[in-house]
Parts: sequence; structure tokens; C-alpha cells
Amino acid sequence: MVSKRIIACLDVRDGKLAKSVKFVNTKDIGDPVPVARDYYEGGIDELVFYDITASSDNRDIMLDVVSKVAAEIFIPFSVGGGLRSVEDCRRVLLAGAEKVNVNSAAVQRPELIAEASRAFGAQCVVLSMDVRAVPVTPDIPSGYEIVIHGGRTPMGIDALHWAERGERLGAGEIVVNSIDADGTKAGYAIELTRAIADTVGIPVIASGGGGRPEHLYQVLTEGHADAALVASILHYGEYTIGELKRHLHEQGVKVRMRW
Amino acid sequence: MEPPGSIRDGEASHRQRGCCDVIRIVDYEAGNLTSVRRALDHLDIRCRIVSSGEALVAGLSGSADRIIFPGVGHAGAAMRRLRERALDEALVEAFQRGTPILGICLGAQIVLTASEEGDTPCLDLIRGHCPRFELIDPGLKVPHMGWNEVEVVRPHPVLRDLREGDAFYFVHSYYPLPRQTTDIFATCEYGAPFPAVIGRDNLVATQFHPEKSGRVGLSLLRRFAEWDGVV
Repeated sequence: MVSKRIIACLDVRDGKLAKSVKFVNTKDIGDPVPVARDYYEGGIDELVFYDITASSDNRDIMLDVVSKVAAEIFIPFSVGGGLRSVEDCRRVLLAGAEKVNVNSAAVQRPELIAEASRAFGAQCVVLSMDVRAVPVTPDIPSGYEIVIHGGRTPMGIDALHWAERGERLGAGEIVVNSIDADGTKAGYAIELTRAIADTVGIPVIASGGGGRPEHLYQVLTEGHADAALVASILHYGEYTIGELKRHLHEQGVKVRMRW
Repeated sequence: MEPPGSIRDGEASHRQRGCCDVIRIVDYEAGNLTSVRRALDHLDIRCRIVSSGEALVAGLSGSADRIIFPGVGHAGAAMRRLRERALDEALVEAFQRGTPILGICLGAQIVLTASEEGDTPCLDLIRGHCPRFELIDPGLKVPHMGWNEVEVVRPHPVLRDLREGDAFYFVHSYYPLPRQTTDIFATCEYGAPFPAVIGRDNLVATQFHPEKSGRVGLSLLRRFAEWDGVV
């Protein structure tokens, strides 16, 4: 059977890591490339780079990062943040990314998903959605609402409907990022993840809240997720990829144990 | 046989044997061409991109040269582009001359007689066809995407570094199904077992992406670069 994946997420601003990463050599502080290489050698299954660069003038720096990563690591990785057009996506893919991550721009203009899927294939298009739990209303029957701008702007769209629509438009995978769980390290949003995983026929990646190996176990089993995104617990050296995988393996979850 | 896994990235062996000649990568606008090239660059294996049938077979020798035939996308569109560039006939010719050929992903499907994707007649280097996964189990998520273990069922020089439990990266909705089981060298399991590596004579083809499968994938590419086309 196909393995459950652990995906490391790296936030990049102006070509540098936005969060400190503990175990990197002093001289490399802030450079995403050696961190990506360390994770690759440490057994990560996939990487995602979110470009959080504020100024559009500095966006090309990200392409440089992407091509450097592509020359050194030989596992799939995706790039997200600020991709608004097929042309934006094309540049990232040509620089060496395997997949593109679209989020706010797709909420504002859903055709972006269809356009990118037609141009590059569904396997290249990851729909990332930020979700917040809200009271159930006729517009939000699931009680999960799509938000953008890091959670500041509620969009009045039901997350389950958006996931279904994203799949229909041609997304090949969905990242479900719980704004409520994000940063808490108290565990992934299990019910939300399961609701979406049971709604769509494409792989679902859980994001937000992973703080301990048990959290990954929970979301990959009870949460029906195909993959779990991790950030701080790796970046701050709290756990190694090997430790996370050993835990899952010992609990009977199929993960890639040799790399 | 060397002990399996003795040379993982195979760089020492590369220098000792003084291989390789240039690998020709078939360019028909298949998505993963540049990632294949990057992996070969990383391994210091020289390669060049060829975009026409003429360039593919020009000066091509039996066993000194190598061809990688990558591919991502739709079988019908791929066959059309191969024909437009006369690459279809050139691939058949290269196969008949004995040049070692490595097909990857879609390149492992369109070497068969036909694909059920768009009901496409293919190169017919190996007899067989490509069914879609749903036919096995309607509950499976398609495409089959991610890391999955590959089990060698017949020894092949290109697979000699593989050890039990080695996983490779897959992304596909159809899979190659040769008519003869002797053309299957490794299998994988998704709902049911399916062929992951097929081959015949000087042609070997992987449904997974060695260029995206970390060290085990790089090691396979290295072994291909050393392979003389004899099984």
C-alpha cells in the first residue's frame, strides 16, 4: 500500500527562512537550501516552500531558491505563496518544483485551479485551504469556513463545498490548514480533516497543530489524512524525521522507513 | 553479483569503470525531462536532450549509448508529439539496434502495444496494454500518488541495488501490464499487485520516478548508466 507521507513546510521570505531552524550550521542560518538538504537526507517524503515575501519585487529570489533546491534534492517538492496565474505557476515548475500550491488566489478566482490543471496536469496542482470553525449557518452548513489573508478575512464559503469544487476544477491534492489549530502544537484538527478527506477522492494533507508524534498518528488514522505537514517540531529540533516515522511505524502506520 | 546496496549512489564505481557515454534524453515536451536531467547532472552523468528522431539515432551505437525516455501526461497526446517529431520510429530503431533504453512513468506505458488512456495505439516494443486503476478497486484514490515499496520479482542489472523495503515515488492513473509475465521485473501493490518495472532485452522501464525517489532512485539511474543492455 502507498505510504503515508510526512511533508516539511518551510516559510521563505526574501529568499531566507522565516523561522529559525535549530540544527543548521551557523554560517548557513536562514538559507533554505541546506535545511531542505538536511530534511531530504533525514528521510522527509516531500517538502513545501511557502513564499511569504511581501514585496513582488523580490519574488524572483524565490525562483532562485527553487532551482537551487531542485539541483540538490531528489524528492517531490511544491511551492506556494503569491501564485496568481498560470504563468506564475509555470515559472515555479520550470525552476524545478514538482507541484504548485494555490490558496487565496484560487478562492478569489477559482478558474486558476482549472487553468493550472489543464496546463500542467492535476498531479501538479495542490489546493491549499485555510479553514476556521464557525457556527453552523445556511451558508456554512459544515461549520467550517474558508478564510484568507492568514485567517483575517472570512469568505463565507463552506470548506467542504470548496474542497469538492476544487477537486472538480482539477486540483490533484488538498492541504487542509486549520487556522484554529495552527501554532497550538495541541494536535491537528481531526474532525475537519476527516470531513474533507471523506468528501473528496484526492489525497488530503493535514496542516496546523502538529506538536508530537501522536498527533501525526491521530490525523493519519482517525483523521483519514494521506499526509501530515510538519513545521516547528522539526525546525526547532524537537523531533527528528526518523523519530516521527519510527513512532508511526511502530503504531502500524505504513511509512517510508528506508531512504 | 555484488552485495546489494554496496554502492548506493555509485559514484566510485562510475569513475572506476570510466563510463558513460552521453545519455540522450528524449524531448517531446514531457513534464519530467528537466528533473531527469538535474538528477543525471548531480550524478555527473553526461546527457543531452534530443528533440527529433534524426537526432535520437544519429551516430547511435548498440551498447555504448543510452536513451532515457521520460514522460508525464496523457498517452494520446504523448504519442501524437512523438510522431510529429519522428521519435516513435527512432525509438523502435534504437530498440532494435540494442541501445539500452530506460522508460520512466508514461515512458513505461507507451512502450507497450496500447494504452486504455484515450484508447491509444503505442510503440509495441513490449506486448501488452495499460489499464486504469479503478478496474482493480473502485475505492482506490486515483492517481496512485506517493511513496510505495517495490519488490523485485526477476533480477535485472538496473535493479541490483534494490533492497527489501525500498520505496519509490509514483504518480499515475494507468499502469503497464505486459502480456508475458517474464517481461515484469518488479511489482508494487496498490489495491492489488501491479507491474512497477517492466523490460525486454535492452529496454527497461519504471512506472515510478527514479529522479524523484531519493537515493534509491539515483542509484537506479546510476546502474542504468552502466548497463550494457544485456539482462
